Amino acid sequence: MLVHGEIWTTKEYFVYPNEYVTWAIQIVMYPYMTGLVAGAFVLSSLYHVFGVKQLKDIARFALVFSFALLPVAMMPLLLHLQQPFRGIEVMMTPHFTSAIAAFGIVFSTYAAIVATEIWFVYRKYFVETATALKNKPNKGMIDGIRQLIFSALTLGAWDISNEALEKDHKAIGIMAGIGIPVACFLHGYAGFIFGSVKANALWMTPLMPVIFIMSAVVSGIALCLLVYTIVMEGRKRLAKLKKPGTHGYQDLKHIRGVEDHEVKLTAKYLMIFMILAFTLEILDLVFRGYTAMKSWDALREVLYKRDIFKLVVLQYAIGNVLPFIMLLWPRITVKRAAIASVFVLFGVFMMRWNVVIGGQAFSSTFHGFMDYHFPWIPRNMESVKEGPPGVFLVAVTPFILFYILNKFVPVFVGEEKEKEKEKEKA
Amino acid sequence: MERRNFLKGAIMVVAGAAVPMSALELMDPRDVLAANPDLKWAFLVDTTKCVGCGMCVKACKTENGIPWTANVSRTWVERYVVTKEGKVWADCPKQARDGFTSPLLDENSAGMVSIQPDDIAKGFFVPKLCNQCDNPPCAQVCPVGATYKTPDGPILVDRTWCIGCGYCIQSCPYGARFFHPVLHVADKCTWCYHRLHHGMKTACVGACPFGARQIGNLRDPNDPVTQAVLDDRIGVLKAYFGTKPQAFYIGLSKEVD
Repeated sequence: MLVHGEIWTTKEYFVYPNEYVTWAIQIVMYPYMTGLVAGAFVLSSLYHVFGVKQLKDIARFALVFSFALLPVAMMPLLLHLQQPFRGIEVMMTPHFTSAIAAFGIVFSTYAAIVATEIWFVYRKYFVETATALKNKPNKGMIDGIRQLIFSALTLGAWDISNEALEKDHKAIGIMAGIGIPVACFLHGYAGFIFGSVKANALWMTPLMPVIFIMSAVVSGIALCLLVYTIVMEGRKRLAKLKKPGTHGYQDLKHIRGVEDHEVKLTAKYLMIFMILAFTLEILDLVFRGYTAMKSWDALREVLYKRDIFKLVVLQYAIGNVLPFIMLLWPRITVKRAAIASVFVLFGVFMMRWNVVIGGQAFSSTFHGFMDYHFPWIPRNMESVKEGPPGVFLVAVTPFILFYILNKFVPVFVGEEKEKEKEKEKA
Repeated sequence: MERRNFLKGAIMVVAGAAVPMSALELMDPRDVLAANPDLKWAFLVDTTKCVGCGMCVKACKTENGIPWTANVSRTWVERYVVTKEGKVWADCPKQARDGFTSPLLDENSAGMVSIQPDDIAKGFFVPKLCNQCDNPPCAQVCPVGATYKTPDGPILVDRTWCIGCGYCIQSCPYGARFFHPVLHVADKCTWCYHRLHHGMKTACVGACPFGARQIGNLRDPNDPVTQAVLDDRIGVLKAYFGTKPQAFYIGLSKEVD
């Protein structure tokens, strides 16, 4: 009879009989996904709060993407619960001495803030679309449904005079301003969940929430940069197919120019946060070695022997140093920045892996070790939920959600409109 | 009645009633009872008496419905072997369910380790179980309050409420918690709370042929466990975590943690 975790755990030397790797791949995915949410939001706030005007285009993209990622942050938690149908009790009967109990409040506050901000950003678009549909002659059923949806999305606020839009703009600034600390809290508290486990020598450090926030911002920016580049490449392809003067035509040069500009600037912010994240992680390692508490012998064995490939090669070399050099190297191109982002995303994933799985790689006895073997071939429900199908579901959902969201809050609409206006002026 | 008089009267009634009513708040009978409970369970393990027969583990698994073949247990026995060179070996084959019948140490995937009797400086057994900490990290981290501390000590799990997040399992420094393989909720030693409240001892205490395990009431000064805790030189496991364990050990060696 298998106990939870037994299927993927190998014990070596003396380990307490009840110890297993109970927190597996989904708990690696959880901080990874919330990190992406928080990071994408911070990127969008660079424009909305700090007025980095050059990031206007990617900011809107990042905001909507952050919203698409949000429901997905919850999925890995549900997939790892032994009683997923009772998961709602975390929200209904929270026990506030537990870090996890804060999840419901932080998560819903954050969701409300992002939704509000998106609404203010897109209110004008909702009103314009709904009005256009209302005035459209010979409406089909689909147009009727769309009109209904967009009218509902306006929430009855139809005023799009300049003063009203000015107020919207202010509201966006305020929501983005409140959003930054809440986004940091959303992810910092995920770090706190680990950092406050005093029983785990690797996790317990007050640096953990800060490290988590920094790496979250790194991963969020990297993902936005990557997806943004891919979407823009797609738009370039489309632009090539369409003839000038036809509906939806866009100047190839213009797209290329915007993409180039946004990607290069984003890459700079990415580097700043990479330096912060890397410094904190190294500080943590050095501190542990220097203070050499009782647990250090076991930790050293894990960090410098058993997990050295995962930590030094995969996380630090491929995930940190290599992309950093790629970004720093002169004459950066969009392609190079995108490839560097892939390495960064991989590096942050390995960081989550090394924290979650690495933290369970040694026994509380400090005499023994536990190896985690990812269940590539699912054999029971447990390894379906916490194996390839579960991971695939979590990884793919944000993109599906983003696709659907984009139907209602199109991330590039403003840019196209402005382009048209510029043409009219000319 | 004039409005003025009515208001005066009302103020007097409220002010007058406030004082005796506040006593109810100041002296909640539950708080008063909890401050001075007549029961406070403590466990005493005399490691010098343990021979590693595993009867306690057998009794526990049977009493508490932990599947016999599942590789988890609410209580277990560890064997320590310290060589003359100072190297510490330890093992716990099948939670010591079947006792220690082989001189070979079961080091899991590292295989069976044989140590020459001439090289051994000392060897001993240590029974383990939940420490029912006074400052329990498991109850602290439960996000839904399914794990809670009873007024008389033991920490229990509400099986109908546990969501199975595993946070309590991670937070226990003693490895006392695990997922029940059938019920899929967190499980742990309760010091047989159901038996204690029927005036019985725990299953493991009852099964130990050598008196290595005892349970007693710290509020009773004549209880042999209380006397041992007060008079003898006893230790607790991993005191540095600040969990304030309520399982006390006689003859604890520095190799044990």
